[in-house]
Amino acid sequence: MPDVPRPPVKDWATDFDHTHPDYAANAPAILAELRETCPVAHTDRFGGAWLPTRHDDVARIAKDHEHFSSQGIIITDWRPEEPAPMGYAPPITSDPPFHAIARRFLLEFFSPKAIDGWEETARTTCRELIAQIKESGEEVVDVATAYAQHIPVRVIADMLDLPREDGDKFRVFIHRILEEPGQNTVDDWGETLDFYLQEKIAERRENLGDDLMSYLIKADIEGMALLDEHVRGTIALLIIAGIDTTWSALGSSLWHLAQNPDHRRRWTEDPAVQPFAIEEFLRFYAPVTMARLVAKDVEIGGCPMHVGDWTLLSFPAANRDPDAFERADEFIIDRQRNRHSAFGLGIHRCIGSNLARMELRVALEEWMAAFPDFELADPDAVTWSTGQVRGPRRMPFRLPH
Amino acid sequence: MKIKYDRDACQGHNRCYMLAPELFDTDDEGYAILLVDGEIPSELEEKARLAADNCPEFAIEVIDD
Ligand code: HEM
Ligand code: SF4
Repeated sequence: MPDVPRPPVKDWATDFDHTHPDYAANAPAILAELRETCPVAHTDRFGGAWLPTRHDDVARIAKDHEHFSSQGIIITDWRPEEPAPMGYAPPITSDPPFHAIARRFLLEFFSPKAIDGWEETARTTCRELIAQIKESGEEVVDVATAYAQHIPVRVIADMLDLPREDGDKFRVFIHRILEEPGQNTVDDWGETLDFYLQEKIAERRENLGDDLMSYLIKADIEGMALLDEHVRGTIALLIIAGIDTTWSALGSSLWHLAQNPDHRRRWTEDPAVQPFAIEEFLRFYAPVTMARLVAKDVEIGGCPMHVGDWTLLSFPAANRDPDAFERADEFIIDRQRNRHSAFGLGIHRCIGSNLARMELRVALEEWMAAFPDFELADPDAVTWSTGQVRGPRRMPFRLPH
Repeated sequence: MKIKYDRDACQGHNRCYMLAPELFDTDDEGYAILLVDGEIPSELEEKARLAADNCPEFAIEVIDD
């Protein structure tokens, strides 16, 4: 919860606030209503921001780097000061042409074949967590915190060769950055992600290995080592972008299965449906909404966007647009034609998409094998994150042991 | 049936590789490589359609003869 309560929203079309708890609880309904009534919503909050909800508008913005800059991708009350085209967390905050350079350093580490090598780590993690849940003997377990949240942390910590025990720290950093952007201040520099990474990178420089952090320290652009801000920004991005997102996708998938016994049965009895089910989870519960800063005046859906305005890039809204998907508002577990954009569109396509898909698949396979049947202990006890990454943060399940 | 693959539009979502590994491989950076040159064997036509219809970037097109 934000430290300062957000003022109530008067009207979602003219005063939206995606950091308000009402949005966290009701985002899909709010987005559907806006698409029908006011497909490019606006708010004066955050110094002025737009919210397009049609697939075509979202796709157009994602692919237009002339009018929209990635210099700011998380909406705050102020505008980022780090200069384009690198930004504070390359490549996600970078614009062309620098973007492609920063992105290429990462691609090989996250290709489908490279990610195959991490499947064992993910599976062992899931099995350990499930064993702990079983050993606890508890009938009611918060599966968001006892299971879903740990899986992405372990893999990224191993990829960067950082201690797995630091996972709790990562989650505190991430929570501040994603869920309470600009709403609380950290007085103690020693408690920030930047400080943490500065120390770890300095240590690593003295002791290079073949992990991803060492690779970035050793990398160069035309013979020049990467700037410290670049290395730090990219590693911060990998920690921030990979954890809450995957936690959210997995949590929403389990939340769905808890309430749909027929889908649980289908998953178990018909394994061929699983790859399609995973894509449908990603479409229907797309956890990530991005943002852009307007770099040049432009009109979207008849609305005049001005330099310095924010616009949200709502992949969750695009994914439920009936103009882009048949029966868009229905969860179809074996949907065959599913061009969803949960991982974005265009040049910023999620670098972690192969990793996230693997983690989602392994975590669901292991969970469903251990607990083919489960239900929400109390639907009203489920809480959802606020801000641009949406997923269940507390989710007590009743488990048959 | 033939497949037209647009490398410039491809952003490496890898849906094609997951759905139709007989038709698509991926390179070291995760971009698709079309494996079949010319006519698609008839038993793979449905997979080709599936790959085309799931590519978020519209980088794959199937052309029926
Ligand atoms: C289900 C889980 C995930 C979802 C839904 C997701 C979603 C997204 C989206 C929508 C973007 C596009 C950003 C934009 O257009 O501005 C993105 C970018 C990115 N994601 Fe993910 N992500 C997930 C997991 C991960 C993981 C596990 C990692 C890596 C550890 C990761 C790393 C990145 C990076 C580095 C970028 C920036 C790419 C660029 O700007 O070129 N993500 N993600
Ligand atoms: S699905 Fe489309 S974007 Fe993805 S790798 Fe295949 S061709 Fe490229």
